[in-house]
Amino acid sequence: MILARVVGEVVSTHKRPQFEGAKLLILQPEAPDGSKTGNALLAIDSVGAGRGERVIAVLEGRAAQEALGKKLAPVDAAIVGIVDEIDVSE
Amino acid sequence: MQLARVIGDVVATRKDPSYEGITLLVIQPLAPDGADAGRPLVAVDSVGAGVGERVFFVRGKEASFPFFPTEVAADAGIVGIVDHWSTL
Repeated sequence: MILARVVGEVVSTHKRPQFEGAKLLILQPEAPDGSKTGNALLAIDSVGAGRGERVIAVLEGRAAQEALGKKLAPVDAAIVGIVDEIDVSE
Repeated sequence: MQLARVIGDVVATRKDPSYEGITLLVIQPLAPDGADAGRPLVAVDSVGAGVGERVFFVRGKEASFPFFPTEVAADAGIVGIVDHWSTL
């Protein structure tokens, strides 16, 4: 899983049916210290994350389908948790 | 998934048989600010996207799921047309 920040949302009317009812958010991956790492990506949201929130996301098809609850859904990324706090000692 | 703009289409007569009847499009990945992000790539289309449209696409074997039970030999697929997006 990766840490990321919710930086936006996408509206799409015409999409594969498995996306119906799922929120599609724009994530910016982040290091534990909050600095940006890598390119932004889209993930479906299954935990009710909102803009500006720090989240945990999976970047793998089967895990994302599991989070969405739909087999054979063409998804490769999903938000699976909202971060309350991170404590990194090193 | 990632945002992208459809910038062209590809015609291929000799191809893997699993591609029969499937549209191949050239897409340019986009950053949330709308700027190009990385190199263009070829993706299979399952939503009827056209050149100039903003779309989102999936990477990996999930790209073939919209064509189930056909197992398309694809690693990128357009799965939605974007109406608009907003950023913080």
